[in-house]
Order: sequence, then structure tokens, then C-alpha cells
Amino acid sequence: MNGSAPAMATARPKARKFRYRTLRKLVPYLFVSPATLLLTLLMLFPMLMVVRYSLMDGAIMKKGAAFVGFQNYMALFADPVFWQSVGQTLYFTVMSVVFHFIIGLAFALLLNTDRVDPLIRSILRVLFILPWLFTAVIIAIIWRLLLDPNGVVNSVLMALHIIDFKVEWFSSTKTAIHALTFANIWAGYPLYMVSLLAGLQGIPKELYEAAGIDGANEVEKFWYITIPQLMPIIISIALLDFIWTMQVFPLVWMTTGGGPIYSTEMLSTYTYKLAFSRYEFSLASASAIIILVISMSVTYFYIKHQQRR
Amino acid sequence: MVGAGNAGRRPARHHGRFRGKNPGIKVTLVSGPYSSTRDQIVVGAASGTLSDVVGLDGAWVNGLSKQGAIASLDELMDNAKYDRTQITDIVKVDGKSVMFPLASFVYPVFVNLDLAKAAGVDKMPSTRSEFADAAKKMTDASKNQYGWVLPLSLQSPGGIQNDVMSWVWASGASMMKDGKPDLENEAVVGTLEYIQSLGKDGVISPGIFAKKEQDKVEEFVNGRVGMMVDSLAHVNLIRERNPNLKFGISALPAMDGYTGKRGMPYASWGIGVSEGSAHKEEAWKLVEFLMSAEVNGRLVSIANAFPGNVNAKPDFVAGDPVFAEAFKIFQSGYPANEFVGLPVAEELMRDMNVEVQKMFDGGQTAKEAAANAQKAWLAKF
Repeated sequence: MNGSAPAMATARPKARKFRYRTLRKLVPYLFVSPATLLLTLLMLFPMLMVVRYSLMDGAIMKKGAAFVGFQNYMALFADPVFWQSVGQTLYFTVMSVVFHFIIGLAFALLLNTDRVDPLIRSILRVLFILPWLFTAVIIAIIWRLLLDPNGVVNSVLMALHIIDFKVEWFSSTKTAIHALTFANIWAGYPLYMVSLLAGLQGIPKELYEAAGIDGANEVEKFWYITIPQLMPIIISIALLDFIWTMQVFPLVWMTTGGGPIYSTEMLSTYTYKLAFSRYEFSLASASAIIILVISMSVTYFYIKHQQRR
Repeated sequence: MVGAGNAGRRPARHHGRFRGKNPGIKVTLVSGPYSSTRDQIVVGAASGTLSDVVGLDGAWVNGLSKQGAIASLDELMDNAKYDRTQITDIVKVDGKSVMFPLASFVYPVFVNLDLAKAAGVDKMPSTRSEFADAAKKMTDASKNQYGWVLPLSLQSPGGIQNDVMSWVWASGASMMKDGKPDLENEAVVGTLEYIQSLGKDGVISPGIFAKKEQDKVEEFVNGRVGMMVDSLAHVNLIRERNPNLKFGISALPAMDGYTGKRGMPYASWGIGVSEGSAHKEEAWKLVEFLMSAEVNGRLVSIANAFPGNVNAKPDFVAGDPVFAEAFKIFQSGYPANEFVGLPVAEELMRDMNVEVQKMFDGGQTAKEAAANAQKAWLAKF
């Protein structure tokens, strides 16, 4: 008995130490557990539900919905409207991203230059950022009014003799996709402008001075200093913009609803119609998963890019 | 209860009276905009959170019934020994009664009387030829003024029901045969050809493929179009937006030479009971209360709609010449809306909308549009 007492005394601190170490190891997990739980409940679980629905026949609508494998995906791939919406979504997204960048960079350069009076720059800064402050509903209403056959745009173009008839911008199969893309470009460039302006203000002036001493002109300074310095920001925003623009729904829905005919059908409107007009939730889920896969492939490049930085 | 729109405090007063009569039953009104109400019901039914009593549009009931979201009212009516003859119309799906129309909004032709007078149109158009003639006279494109407005936006394809197929029903014809689509019949093709001819004559306000119902009303209110087919529910809105606008209403023109009864297009806000409700008996009591002659009469008076109970007497009819005229038209014809109760009715309208758009775009004839729509519809039956 006497001999076991010191043994127990040493065993207790050991056990305490073990508990302490285990707890220490668990602490980081405990810290992240509320966020993990929320993410699992609010993101992972619904996502898995949608994947499951996409593999079933008549999910939600049929009580005994059966597993049908990839049949819903095959049905989508066989639908020409689906491919049309894929093409149009890509056109809408790529054009939006490219012009968001060009306009955003042009305005950022304008706001960053010393050649414009600071007061005018401040006023322009407010004006240029305005589209960003509007919600999608307001943007849709503004552009529906502006591009109405009897709207301001047609009146101005006719007064300037650029057109000689009332163009039905959102109502013609020839112009609707371009009008919609234009409205989206207008709504989205301020993100680039603000981010690139911050980037421009962070470029050391010494780089330009050194280039000037070496005989570089303004165009060369732009190509060999400004653009490379802004490149990390450009890539980050362009990738995020690509993902966001590909999923745009309210603007398309409230201006054209995917029409005329199918000329502005996007993956987002196509999916919505499958779910809430045709009640084909399984097909809609399959379409949503395809959007997810495309978005995730872009996200992969974004994460890779962030890791490299 | 789930419903769309906002009728102010008066529905709440009715609920107070209902609670007074049924102290053990608590009613909570969940209201929202029209478009989100349907999504709310579909999702609510799937997740088992749908309210006991549900506000319904006739275009949704087939899908909701097949989803198992709304219950058959037959057993509830039998248990309560309910007098079915007091209801104007009971909407059925697969033989089961699923919806009572609580309030019906009819769709006559609205005519801008000042524009008509200035154009030399001295009589409300009663036939298609008279309508086309009046529309031509009222059109002056140089002044942005057109005879008719046709909303065919794909976002809300109700234009197909209210502004296109209503012409078929007004001539006593049908788009259905033995419960199946019959879009290639003469009446439907003739209607499409007629509407196409109005487009070719340039009497329709431009931008039809992106136009929605609210745009249509807006153009009429602003005096830019002479005539529109619209819901009687918008009378007060039109008066509020332009108190100086003089307008009248008439029944939708019929085919030349047609003398039979005219179908009057209508849209109903209906009521039903959730299949998953654990309180069906209590839900039925609320349905019965809202459909009673007295309460239904008061409700439709608030909404300027026609009642679902044949004995209800809305008070707006006597005091307003426009509504008095509408009631006369309503009584002389019959309510017609063949989309009520059809499977995926909104999608059917959208399918047809696409084909009609192709027709206007010059991609196909009226006959081809009808044939293609028929093919698309058959796939959904």
C-alpha cells in the first residue's frame, strides 16, 4: 500500500498532463467548430441535397422519387436551349469581365492622375461609383426605361442621326443580349475602378521616375510598370467577377426574362424556369450543379493564384 | 394562411370577427408579392411548412395538387354538409375539388375615350374588324401613339392568357378538346393570324417582347395607347395615376358574325387547404367563413373583384359606372379561363409565348406557331 501511493501520485500528474495536452490539441478545433457547424448546415448540407436531387426523378414533386443516375444531366445535354444558354452565359460573362476591366482601369487612371483638378476628381469619383450603389432592381428599371423604344437612348441616337428608327433594344432577338450585357457592364465596373485605384495609389512613384530616366515614354511606363504592378489585383477581381457574373439572375430576369424567344436565356434563368415554372426540381438541380462545377473550376484558379501570392 | 398582395387593415378586421366566432382557432396572415407567393407555397409544401389555408392562383393548382401540397376539399365539404351550389366555380384536378375562387378579376377592353374621340372612333369596338379599325385610327406613330398594347415578356407570360387566348374565349371557342390541348383548331389559328395582322398594321405599341402587364397599364395611363385588355382590378390604379384620363370598358371583341355568349377572361384569387395540415377541420372553418356570402361580398368590395359566392353582393357595382358596366358584361357572358387547373399552366403560357414571339419575329406563320405550341403542350399532358 505504501509503495503504491507515490506511484499514484506520479500517475495523476501524468493523466492531468495528458488531458491538458489533448485539450490544447482540441482548442483550435473548438474555435473553428461553430463556423464549421454553420457551414455544414447552411452550405454543405443543402449542396449535398441538390446533388442528391439531381440524381433523382421528380425530386420534391413525387413522393416516391427514384434514383436515376445521370439521366437528368443527359436530358439537359440533349436540350438545345441548355447549350444556347451556356453559350450566352459565357458571352455575357466574358464581355462583362473584359469591359468591367477596361472601363474600371480607364476611370481609375483618370481619378489617379494629377493632370485633373482635385475638385473635379472628387466629383467624378462620386459620379463614377454611383452604379455600384444601385440594387439590381433599380438597375433593371433604369435600363428598361432608358432602352424603351420610346426611351431616352433612342431619342438621343435619333437626334444625332445615328439611327433612323426606334430600336427595340430589349425586345429584339438581335439586340437584347448586347443591351443586357451593356447594362451589366455599366452596373459592375465600379468594383474594378475602386480596387484598381487603390492599386495605382500603391505603386511607388520611384518606379516611374527611374523608367523616365531610362527614357521610357508614357505608354511604355503603362505596359511595363502599371499593368505588372496591378496584375495581382486584376487577376483576383477578374476571377471573382467571372464567378459572380456567371450567376447573375435578377438583372436578366427583370429586363428580359430570358427572351425574346431564348435570345437572353442564361444558365441562371434556365435553371429558375426549370424549378419554378416547370416544377422539374431534379433537372433544375442538375443544371445548378453544372453552374457550380463551372464556378468551382474558376474558383480553383483563384485559390491557386492566391496561394502563389 | 398564405396570400399575395396588400389590402390594408380590413382583412385583419375580418380575422378578428372570425376569431370572435371561433375562439379556439388562431389565424396568422402571411402575405407577400404575387411572384414569391407561389415559390413560397411550392417550397413550403416540400419542406412540410405550408400554412393550413393557402391562397391560390388557378394556374398553380394542378402542379400543387400533383405535388400533394393541396388537399381535396370534397371530404371537408361532405363532412360540413356544405352547399356547393353557392360557389360560382369549384376548380378540380383529376376529379378532386381543390380550389374555390374567392375573388375574380375580369379582363374587359379598356378604351381611352379622349383618344378614341379625337381619332373619330365613336363606338366601343364589339367585333374584331371594329377593333382593328379603331386601333388603326388611334395609331399615330409620329406622336408615339398606338391603338393597342400587347405584353409578351417571358418573365411573366400571363399576356398569353389575358391578351392573346382571351380573344379565342371571347368568341365562344376553346383551346382544349376532351381535356387535351387543341391549339391547331381554326379559332386559335385565326386569333393568332388576327393578332399578327394587327402587328403588321403597326397598331401595336413597340417593344412587345419585353413588355409586362405593368408596362401595359403605364402606357394606357400615359395616353400612349388607345386600347388594352386589362384586369378590372386596375381601375382604381388608373384613376389614381391619371385622374384626368377618361376611359370606358367593353367586352372583348368577338369574331365578326359571332352572336353567341362571350367568354369573359378572368383571373381568380382562390383558396384551398394544405394537404399536410394537421388542422384541416379548423382550416375548413376559415375557408367556409371567407366564402360566406357576407364576408366574401365585403372582401371583393375591397378588391373591386367579383365574388366567389353567388349570393354575395359587392357594394362597388352600384356606385361606379365602370364597375356597373363590367358587371353587366360579366352577367351577359360567362367567365372563361382555360388555363385554370392545367398542368404547369405558367410553363404552357411560356411555351406558347415563345412560339408567338417567333411568329411576330417573322420566323414562322400563325399556323406553325399553333402547331409548335401544340407539340410543346402535349409533352406536358
